[in-house]
Amino acid sequence: MPTFTLKINKKKYVVEADADTPLLWVLRDHIELVGTKFGCGIGQCGACTVHTDGEASRSCLIQVSQAEDMEITTIEGLSENGDHPVQQAWKEIDVPQCGYCQAGQIMTASAFLNQNPSPSNEEIRSAMNGNICRCASYNSIEEAVKVASEKLS
Amino acid sequence: MKNSFSRRSFLKTSALASGGMIIGFNLFNACKPDVKPSIDLSKLNYNDFNAFIKISPEGKVTLFSPNPEIGQGVKTSMPMIIAEELEVAWDDVYVVQAPLDTKNYTRQLAGGSQSIRHGWIALRQTGATAKQMLVNAAAAKWGVDASECKVSEGVITNTKGETLGYGDVVTEAAALEVPEEVTLKDPKDFKIIGKGKGNVDIDKITIGKPLFGIDYKEVGMLYASVLRPPAFGQVLESFDASKAKAMPGVVDVITIGEKARTILNEKPNWTVQLSKSNKVVVLGKTTWDAIKGKKAINAVWKEDSKLESTEYHDQVLMDLLNGNKFNTRRKDGNVKQAFAEADKVIERVYESPFLPHNTMEPMNFFADVTPEKVRLVGPVQTPEPAAKVVSEMLGRDLEDISVEMTRMGGGFGRRLYGDFVYEAAEISDKIGKPVKMISTREDDMTTGVYRPSTKYKIAASIKNGKLTGYHLKEAAINGNMYGLIPNFFPAGALENYQVDTANYKSNITTGAWRAPYTNFLASAEQSFFDELAEELGVDRVRLHMDLLDKVKQNPEPKIEYSPERLQGVLKLAVEKSNWGSAPEGIYQGLSVYYCHNTHVAEIANVAMENGIPVVKKVTCAIDCGILVNPLGAMNQAKGGVLDGIGHAMYSDFGFQNGVPKSNNFNTYQLIRMAQTPKVEVHFIESDIDPTGLGEPTLPPVGAAVANAIYKATGKRLTKQPYSLNMNVESSIIG
Repeated sequence: MPTFTLKINKKKYVVEADADTPLLWVLRDHIELVGTKFGCGIGQCGACTVHTDGEASRSCLIQVSQAEDMEITTIEGLSENGDHPVQQAWKEIDVPQCGYCQAGQIMTASAFLNQNPSPSNEEIRSAMNGNICRCASYNSIEEAVKVASEKLS
Repeated sequence: MKNSFSRRSFLKTSALASGGMIIGFNLFNACKPDVKPSIDLSKLNYNDFNAFIKISPEGKVTLFSPNPEIGQGVKTSMPMIIAEELEVAWDDVYVVQAPLDTKNYTRQLAGGSQSIRHGWIALRQTGATAKQMLVNAAAAKWGVDASECKVSEGVITNTKGETLGYGDVVTEAAALEVPEEVTLKDPKDFKIIGKGKGNVDIDKITIGKPLFGIDYKEVGMLYASVLRPPAFGQVLESFDASKAKAMPGVVDVITIGEKARTILNEKPNWTVQLSKSNKVVVLGKTTWDAIKGKKAINAVWKEDSKLESTEYHDQVLMDLLNGNKFNTRRKDGNVKQAFAEADKVIERVYESPFLPHNTMEPMNFFADVTPEKVRLVGPVQTPEPAAKVVSEMLGRDLEDISVEMTRMGGGFGRRLYGDFVYEAAEISDKIGKPVKMISTREDDMTTGVYRPSTKYKIAASIKNGKLTGYHLKEAAINGNMYGLIPNFFPAGALENYQVDTANYKSNITTGAWRAPYTNFLASAEQSFFDELAEELGVDRVRLHMDLLDKVKQNPEPKIEYSPERLQGVLKLAVEKSNWGSAPEGIYQGLSVYYCHNTHVAEIANVAMENGIPVVKKVTCAIDCGILVNPLGAMNQAKGGVLDGIGHAMYSDFGFQNGVPKSNNFNTYQLIRMAQTPKVEVHFIESDIDPTGLGEPTLPPVGAAVANAIYKATGKRLTKQPYSLNMNVESSIIG
């Protein structure tokens, strides 16, 4: 099997995997960063969202062979102490119910706020529309993104 | 309040070798009213307990939470109740998920919104008893009467102002007799209950720590992907695994199903979900290896029983509704006569599709079957039956089997069924290695345990401008409404009332789905009442208030809903939503419902945007008694409302020749943020014992939305998902 060198959370990892292995499974099974979650495998639910070069990306749709030159950030690397403004807001609002989708929600929200630190409610609703929460904690997610944006601005 | 009920039957304390104290208690037996408490203490041992509190010499409190956490918040709210009576600071409490150990624990499950209701008194007694023993130990040390001591945040103070922490006296306390009687706090003195406490796992969730079953890993573990029949009614005939076996990441390809089938044949009455077919299992070094290997399997399937389609189900259910093969579940007066004498009879049919659960975390389980023991780890709502089936399947003693529950990425009923546990166990048994079975989304959605498609026919008679009779008929796949549902509203409100049910046995696996039966029955009934109010020419609220007044006059034990509490939530929702005086362009729909012991009223505000009805806001009034954790309660309430809207409006599921029509989120719609209204929740202030919130806000919302859309468009909606049956282009945004 070929090997690939990945840059994840500012660290270098060398993994041996089939070239078509989704980044999601490399993160979870090879590198044991399991905060990135498997939800649908076809880029529809957003549970596997990571940052690639600062953009929110679906790690289930990126093959490991395409990921070598990317600067990858996962939920584990979003902040040193779990205190990114988005993470803080998530705790303040007590967003999670089952909690499974929330890492993906946080990664989508943090990339979005990085580009648009003072969004309108409609912009928030549109930006977060790609992430499914089966517990339907959407009101809380919306509120937490707003709170995070206030922290950032 | 003094409280001595059954305390001795479920509590026992002992000293720990480390110097602390442990208190065992049986949550379920203690609070089930139909279980007579044992008074013989000598017959009790730790096998009777399913939860423990540990107090260390340092004063730290650990609570082993017995009930599986599926997102309903019990891992936070149940410990809060203990901490309240124990008089400790919430920040000093550490919560750990207790495992299932069939040797030491009994009756652990999550389901039916019952954890808080059943646990309320038992959890309080447990905390209060532990507190009393600690106080007694401190009083003995000081040589004073225990009644002279006060406690706050784990510190005991006597009248001289001397203090002792719980940790200082815990060793002595553990040696004391369990007190005969303890005093529970007056709810007005609660410091933790009623204050919003955040999810106890929130730090781990927000930084991505391993918590869920899918995150669980052991050295040497293989990953298993299971190929199951693509259609209900098919079984495996043959397969070719040569391509898969040639893949470098594939370790082995095996079949399973034989053992499960043996159990299925021997115990046909077991309510477990076991497929009759053999299944092909690809074992990989990683999840991707297993998934990729499975795609390379060439399997041949053969028809074993009828391959059913949605059109067929629709026909079968309509035939049942129009036929006479009913079981009568409740009959008051004479509906037939009331209908014959009526000025007018109104009859409507309401229809709902099958629904998959679609937990965000797909089904998965870890199993390690060795000659010595069977270790099972993962997300399951019913660990004890799972252990029993595995014990039968593998011919192993129950004592050899342990189940550890992880946090669950959603349940909604799906994880009540242990099929994924049995698969993992059978695979590990066959290959003699630790294994993790992981379903893909496609596996999960197409080999589910679905909410059965159900149709209702409701008829009512009107004479002299009054409602005189009500006849509800249910036709459903595989099962029918259970328990006291036939005695829900409007039972008790009408002299002539009848509920009949009929079902069709299908080979499609079906089961409980968040608020079973009521999740659609409420939509049907509350839409029907909207039409009745219109037909009668009375205000919708007035009609309901009057009917509930009639129930007050005829109390009966089978009617467990409270007409007063239903009126209470209705009044509150009406007041908070500006019912009847909404701004121009806002159309309101109302629904009021009781289920899972909680009373809820909901009012939906709909506006027309570009010719499409859009739900803008839902006002929700709830009476669940004392509010244990307002933060968690709010989350459950809002989530239930939005989940209810999503499935009533958008989610559709059916079959074509036994094959599910959707297999992933590109073709199956779950509600997304841009489709969500703001949910405003109001709780009735109450000192009545609390009831659950995992389910009760979901059922009423479908009708609230349908009734509002009727006002906005003039079209009555009777078939879910409504967005596909509205004759407007679509209300789907985004």
